[in-house]
Amino acid sequence: MIAGVGHTAYGKLPGRSPTSMNVEAVRKALADARVEKDAVDALFVKYPTSGHVPMYGQVVAEALGVQPRIGGVWDQGGATNISMLSFAAMAISHGQCEVAVVTTADNPRTGTRQAYERAWGDDAPFGWFGTPAGYAMIARRHMEEFGTTHEQLGEIAVAARRHGATNPDAQLRAPITLEDFTQSRPVVDPFCRDDCCLISDGAAAIVVMSRERARQLGAPAPVPVLGFGQGQTSWEVAQRPTLTETAAAVSAHTAFAMAGIGPEQVDVAQLYDCFTITVLMTLEDYGFCRKGQGGPFVADGALQLGGALPTNTSGGLLSETGMPGMQLVLEGVRQMRGTSVNQVPGAQTCVVSNQGGIMHTHSTLVLGQE
Amino acid sequence: MLPRPEVTPLTEPYWSGLAAGELRFQHCRDCGNAWLPARDECPRCLSRSHDWQVASGGGRIISWVVYRQAVHEAFVERIPYNVAIVELDEGPRLITNVDAREEELAIELPVRLRIDEDDGLHLPRFTLAGGRWSR
Repeated sequence: MIAGVGHTAYGKLPGRSPTSMNVEAVRKALADARVEKDAVDALFVKYPTSGHVPMYGQVVAEALGVQPRIGGVWDQGGATNISMLSFAAMAISHGQCEVAVVTTADNPRTGTRQAYERAWGDDAPFGWFGTPAGYAMIARRHMEEFGTTHEQLGEIAVAARRHGATNPDAQLRAPITLEDFTQSRPVVDPFCRDDCCLISDGAAAIVVMSRERARQLGAPAPVPVLGFGQGQTSWEVAQRPTLTETAAAVSAHTAFAMAGIGPEQVDVAQLYDCFTITVLMTLEDYGFCRKGQGGPFVADGALQLGGALPTNTSGGLLSETGMPGMQLVLEGVRQMRGTSVNQVPGAQTCVVSNQGGIMHTHSTLVLGQE
Repeated sequence: MLPRPEVTPLTEPYWSGLAAGELRFQHCRDCGNAWLPARDECPRCLSRSHDWQVASGGGRIISWVVYRQAVHEAFVERIPYNVAIVELDEGPRLITNVDAREEELAIELPVRLRIDEDDGLHLPRFTLAGGRWSR
């Protein structure tokens, strides 16, 4: 069960260290679960990209004043948060801990964003720099192989921005039209600015425990974890045998099998949208549509509230916050509690994806209701 | 100035090959696998026994992007420029640039190696093999 969730403000948070933001998010998540911090016996922390600190898990544990039985820092890039949640759940089910906190904080906006703009090794003389270009390589191949258009990618951004516009916590609350999208500043073809996620400071945390422990501790609104999975592609983009398929398929297969459901039973989705193409390919790899059919699937507002599969109902990385992934878990929890600002009426099941590197790592979470 | 590659004992044969006018790739003596960039072990059979072979120069475009804004000062005067993934006829893939107009680029397009001397570096770049293409 996810018994509690918490987050800081999103956007520019000058002067806040990742450690301070982690503490704020954890304090709020514990309050949401109505759990005292003394009950916490596991702490899983995502490494901050803005600065490497050895044994950072111990730094956060000390700042929180807790002594975990199990935990540490994990690094799968943007897939880290759901993966840590799944390791926490497995540790709980094996008696290694009872109340696990999973937390992430970073400040690439006011700190350094070098992690996202670095040259790719000895390929720098060719001008090969940055995360957006890696995803643009994949997007170009998808467009050429399947006829996917930039306007279809735009549908993903339009839906996210529409949802973010009504989310008071969103960093960017400005809806756009398809025309706005195609006319936004070119970055690296085929991407323009509005294909790319925000850069954000902030933190988010969750509290994980068994159903029985949640009952004992009186957590008011625990949300059941029905399934989780992971998958990794490992090859760099240039070396990957197939650019248009990812280990998201493996990750989703594992998670759906554990949950005992298929994509047709999913009511609402929170899909990692570091770039528009990521959502499109995740929809395909998860089985919401056939490979290559992501473009037609997202057309005509299918991802908007009221569409076939409302997706990124808090705005996602394109609108709520560019933080890597935990905010999507939080929105999944709100949808299952019925408390989202863009609530999908009667939603019983939510799938959440996290994804890291240039589609190197992937993790999937299926949430349900009691 | 263009960013410099970090030449190590492992990658020295690659860069000295380019200076000598040939594109070299690693080839496993045990399983026959061929790859770039340079590694200590064959990523297929994990053997440490490899030699360097010379590419014929033929290849095809796997994908490409066009930078509209520069991420590094050396490329401010060069935008827009393309970066492509090219697969050599022998199998290894590399990051490169293709000397072609934007509208000529396409996946699976045959390309031909051309080693450029650029800002003191010898770089493996490509031209369209079939001359001008129309799609």
